[in-house]
Amino acid sequence: MKVVLENLTKIFPSRDKKSQNQVVAVSDFSFEIPDGQLVGLLGPSGCGKSTTLYMISGLQKPTSGKIYFGDDDVTELSTENRGIGLVFQNYALYPHMTVQQNIMFPLQNLTGKDKLSKQQMLDRAHEAAKLVQIDELMDRKPSELSGGQQQRVAIARALVKMPRVLLLDEPLSNLDARLRLQTREEIRRIQKETGITTVFVTHDQEEAMSISDIIVVMKLGVVQQIGKPQSVYDDPANLFVAKFLGTPPINVLEGKVLDGKVYIGDQAVMSVSGVEDMDVYIGIRPEGIEPAPDGVFECKLNNVEVMGRDASVVSTHTAALSPVIRAIISSDIHVDTASETVKYNIKPHKFFLFSKETEERIYFEVK
Amino acid sequence: MVDSKKHWKAWLYLSPAIILLLVFTVWPIFNTLRMAFLNDYGNMAAIGGQTFGFGIQNFIKVIEYKEFLQCLQNTALLCVATVPISTVLALLIAVALNSIKPLQKTLQTIFFLPYVTNSIAIGMVFAAMFNIVGLKQGSHMADTWGIINNVIQFFGGEPINWINAGSSYVANMAVMIIYIVWNALPFKILILLGGLQSINKQYYDAAKVDGTPKRRVLTRITIPLLSPMLAYVIITGFIGGFKEYSSIIGIFGEKMGPADDAGRLNTMVGFVYDALERDRQGRASAAALILFAIILIVTLINNKVIKKRVHY
Ligand SMILES: Nc1ncnc2c1ncn2[C@@H]1O[C@H](COP(=O)(O)OP(=O)(O)O)[C@@H](O)[C@H]1O
Ligand SMILES: [Mg+2]
Repeated sequence: MKVVLENLTKIFPSRDKKSQNQVVAVSDFSFEIPDGQLVGLLGPSGCGKSTTLYMISGLQKPTSGKIYFGDDDVTELSTENRGIGLVFQNYALYPHMTVQQNIMFPLQNLTGKDKLSKQQMLDRAHEAAKLVQIDELMDRKPSELSGGQQQRVAIARALVKMPRVLLLDEPLSNLDARLRLQTREEIRRIQKETGITTVFVTHDQEEAMSISDIIVVMKLGVVQQIGKPQSVYDDPANLFVAKFLGTPPINVLEGKVLDGKVYIGDQAVMSVSGVEDMDVYIGIRPEGIEPAPDGVFECKLNNVEVMGRDASVVSTHTAALSPVIRAIISSDIHVDTASETVKYNIKPHKFFLFSKETEERIYFEVK
Repeated sequence: MVDSKKHWKAWLYLSPAIILLLVFTVWPIFNTLRMAFLNDYGNMAAIGGQTFGFGIQNFIKVIEYKEFLQCLQNTALLCVATVPISTVLALLIAVALNSIKPLQKTLQTIFFLPYVTNSIAIGMVFAAMFNIVGLKQGSHMADTWGIINNVIQFFGGEPINWINAGSSYVANMAVMIIYIVWNALPFKILILLGGLQSINKQYYDAAKVDGTPKRRVLTRITIPLLSPMLAYVIITGFIGGFKEYSSIIGIFGEKMGPADDAGRLNTMVGFVYDALERDRQGRASAAALILFAIILIVTLINNKVIKKRVHY
């Protein structure tokens, strides 16, 4: 089932009536989540991801805007009637109930024609537990489980009612790095298997990129860009998105466009057309620069870090906004570490220009 | 480990506490045990040079007093009635207080006021509320009533003689139960409210997502998560209940009963005091030990029952 957000806005009033600093947690968010897709809601802490999720869940009322599940307007519908499953950031498993009781709890609340017999409930709970591979742990209490196991129980509890929409609020943030990798694959698998439309909130871009069909990048309550992870990465709409996606992060430098040439300092690094003369920020992906004897962009060489398959050339430039400029290259390529400087060639499709004023992307054609 | 040379320092620092404990706790406990097992022990008699045989005479005598059985019955009845009532009421009030936003602080203060008010003073107010005040001229019939009877009359009921001469045991007990419950509420509300406020709100959000009805939220989520506090409140409630004494004084005065039946509402602690007054320290000690044993057994039972239900 598709989920449609229409001009969704949430404003939290300020605490005391006198001061005017109300918080606009989410501003004018419009988006249609296609049926059966996994959408990653991505942004730094405090950008309104959880608030968006809670508005979809019905736990919070939007200040304005509408939410549709399929063709039904659910904006005024209470949480329990929306048919959603929600996994909280710290799971919120009932500590006094066993895993089985936790998973069965949502089913026990069903009344009327949906009411299930005890045996049906047990079957459904076991089915859900099997899906997340915790059917061995049914008699344990949450405190007797590892973080990853608790997380699975929380997903099973959210899935057991067969929700129309599954909402996950930073579900991996309490796990260690290894478990996080493993569990995100798991979530991807479960989502594929069940085909439930899913919204996944995270501040970790790698996490969002790796499992989402679509990512939504947010900043201070405003949606910055929506698209397939790879296309957002390859084609960022503004400097914020470019900086937020990618590890290691994009190299950002100050520069200017003059007579169809892009300058960093006094080096002309690229010929472009369709751009007027102006000051710009230049973004170059680490995989977009390559050391070459005839390179156009010279930097001071610091060192080379070899990490198995890849190597990272670390250099500095006075125009750079970050302390270092990083190039990721194959470790086969030889770099003369004795040299004071390194010259790079730049791949045009990894090279972006942003207005210094608005930080919006400036599109150009390579000459 | 502390250096052995410095041991004396540790003892020096501990000595004020140890001396106080020895004088005011350990010695009296020891002395109570001693006196309880000296047949017919009395301080005055002891000063007069009398010696006492060792035995369990005191315990037998105490149990044979019909007043003692009355005291035991009163105490047990008050405990069994007031602890469950006050715990349930405190739970409901705490849940209600916790769920309202406006005036929460003000209401919290109002509910907590009885706790900082002297219980004898409160008892006197209760006595006035349940009282018969003044007599009809030329008659021995009561004319004006306390506010409770006024309210009963307002709703067309017959006034009840709650606590005055000629009142029934049931009426007396009812007044005591209402008073003790009311007096016990603030502390329990405070503890339970503290417990409620420390429950993570996300459990309630999770319950809401699952469409849990209010009643089930209370029974399946709130009460289990509150169970350590409930256990504490129940156990201390029983211990306090078995030591009930000043509340009776507050309402009935030192007669411990209505004017025409003094001692009818006496409690275990009251019995101990009475024995002391009559220079029967042996009997008093024996009664105190019996009370101790009862509290111990009740607490052990409480612990056993509660352990199965409390989720720490
Ligand atoms: N209940 C609330 N009252 C007031 N402000 C809130 C409330 N919840 C969230 N906010 C504010 O709204 C903004 C977005 O919060 P949130 O959606 O939790 O961010 P995220 O989940 O992206 O970290 C933050 O500035 C936060 O301080
Ligand atoms: Mg959040």
